[in-house]
Amino acid sequence: MPTAQSSAPVLPPAGSRAPDMTFKLAAFSAALVILGLIVLVGYELYHGAGVAIAKFGPRFLVSSDWDPVSDQYGALPFIFGTLVSSLLALLIAVPLGVATALFLTELAPFRIRQPIMVVVEMLAAVPSVIFGLWGIFVLIPWLRDHLFVWLKHTLGFLPLFQGPIYGVSMLAGGIIVAIMILPIVTSISREILRSVPGLQREAAYALGATRWEVIRIAVLSYARRGLFGAAVLGLGRALGETMAVTMVIGNRPEISASLFAPGYTLASVIANEFTEATSDLYLNALFELGLVLFAVTILINVLAQVMLRSMGSGGVTKVN
Amino acid sequence: MNRVTLLLLLAVGAVAPASAQLLINGAGATFPAPIYTKWFDEYTKIDPSVRFNYQAIGSGGGQKQILAETVDFGASDGPMSDANLAKAPRPLWHIPTVAGAVVVSYNLAGDPTLRLDGTTLAAIYLGKITKWDDPAIEGQNPGVSLPDQDILVVHRSDGSGTTFIFTDYLAKVSPEWKEAVGKGVSVSWPTGLGGKGNAGVAGQIKQSPGAIGYVELAYAHQNKLPFADLRNAAGKYVTATIASVTAALATATIPDDFRFSMVNAPGDDSYPISGVTWILVYGEQKDPAKGQKLVQFLTWAYTDGERMAASLDYAPLPPAVQQRVLDRVNSIKY
Repeated sequence: MPTAQSSAPVLPPAGSRAPDMTFKLAAFSAALVILGLIVLVGYELYHGAGVAIAKFGPRFLVSSDWDPVSDQYGALPFIFGTLVSSLLALLIAVPLGVATALFLTELAPFRIRQPIMVVVEMLAAVPSVIFGLWGIFVLIPWLRDHLFVWLKHTLGFLPLFQGPIYGVSMLAGGIIVAIMILPIVTSISREILRSVPGLQREAAYALGATRWEVIRIAVLSYARRGLFGAAVLGLGRALGETMAVTMVIGNRPEISASLFAPGYTLASVIANEFTEATSDLYLNALFELGLVLFAVTILINVLAQVMLRSMGSGGVTKVN
Repeated sequence: MNRVTLLLLLAVGAVAPASAQLLINGAGATFPAPIYTKWFDEYTKIDPSVRFNYQAIGSGGGQKQILAETVDFGASDGPMSDANLAKAPRPLWHIPTVAGAVVVSYNLAGDPTLRLDGTTLAAIYLGKITKWDDPAIEGQNPGVSLPDQDILVVHRSDGSGTTFIFTDYLAKVSPEWKEAVGKGVSVSWPTGLGGKGNAGVAGQIKQSPGAIGYVELAYAHQNKLPFADLRNAAGKYVTATIASVTAALATATIPDDFRFSMVNAPGDDSYPISGVTWILVYGEQKDPAKGQKLVQFLTWAYTDGERMAASLDYAPLPPAVQQRVLDRVNSIKY
């Protein structure tokens, strides 16, 4: 690199601000396009849902009735299913992803760091429908015959693990989504952990900390805001995940305390029913589900921002 | 046009004679897509001047696109509702092409061939009959040892013509079903799990001992799934075959606008859960050239094309219906 420095850089005449302005304008309009897209999507969804919004009003959000035959629509079981399956996915994927990232940045021998990361990132390249098929034919039978039976046996006193076991279930949906968001959570966490300055660690070691203490005090606490951000990005992916979830969640619009019971998500019902919907109200109701999903996603992101801000802002937290 | 462009066009024309082809666009149902694709393939060999583009986007999309006139023909697994038909700018016709059957498959040890009637099937799907050794099932299956096992009901989760035919049948044979659930491409199921597509339902059945579900006959054949003989309106237990579906079509009452349901058709040989799929075309074509080609193609489809149906597990129309449909096709104005 430094050898290229010998030729004098070509600078615009002093005082010309034209390139600066052009660049600023270009970047600004790019940002504006994204903002415009979001507004447009929101408007189109609202517009497409007009008839349903007028007919059902706020009742749409709290009703559990979804009956295309008698044209009665309510979104509650789908909202519930989306939130629960996404939260389950986060509960599984974040500890796993952060632990993997910690191993890769702090503990693993240098030779195997890159290969492991490549394998993790390969998960992201597997199409959703493949995860779904694998879910139906491999994961579900194993869950039904082993993990779920064991959970019911050992933790069956909790309402979460009661009721009949079908295999397809909210929990299966959560597990599939967890696998799918694992790559993004892991790779972002790894970048965050890598950006923790070496001085932090050295200082902790100098104080006589053990390796675990170094990770806990110097690394994790320094990176916690960034790691939270990684979890939020994973959650964003989880909320919208459609195909694989549809194939393993059971598609029953029902609210049940048991994680063994089938559920249904907003994205799944739209994907399932949109192509064959013919009545106006039906289509409008599906659009309104899209609008609800859109609103839930925005709401969660805003909430995450608020939480980030309240997570203490010392000098050590300017990670990203 | 300058000489270079002309030469270029000629050169392209020499490689693929696509430049002079007329493109006919269609969109709609996924169920008949394999046979339509086959028809288009075969027909372009006979008449190279026409090319087809069919988008299997679902019946809902097919209806919407033909109403908006963004395609030359639509395709639907269910008849259009009066409300939707009223939106058409000109008379829009339903023309049945082929029929298919829906079979009831299950996962029981030893793969016995079960016999079921409509009332029992409705009771199972209503969640009223929950065990395989229920007297209602055992009574119809002497000699089959049925286990004391829970029935796991499986249905389609995606909106589908298969669901429409199945629920249409249940609504016809069970007043209780008609009252509580009704018929449609998606319904509010009283019980059971939803699987996506034929593959999702079949996968769920294969994976779960004690499961029952419905899939297209073609799908059950190709994947060697066991399926039940069903009791028809004449009281006979009939196996789903191409012949028993065509038999049902022959005895079904078909009104002049071809919007009809053929479930629970009379006749000793009729399989009760079957339905046709339709092409949707305008009775008056705007573009004379396209209109003419479309009529020529449909005429071919109802004569030579129908003979290819059985090889793809679709039931062809019986001769009497075929003639009525041909008359209708030939009355399309262009």
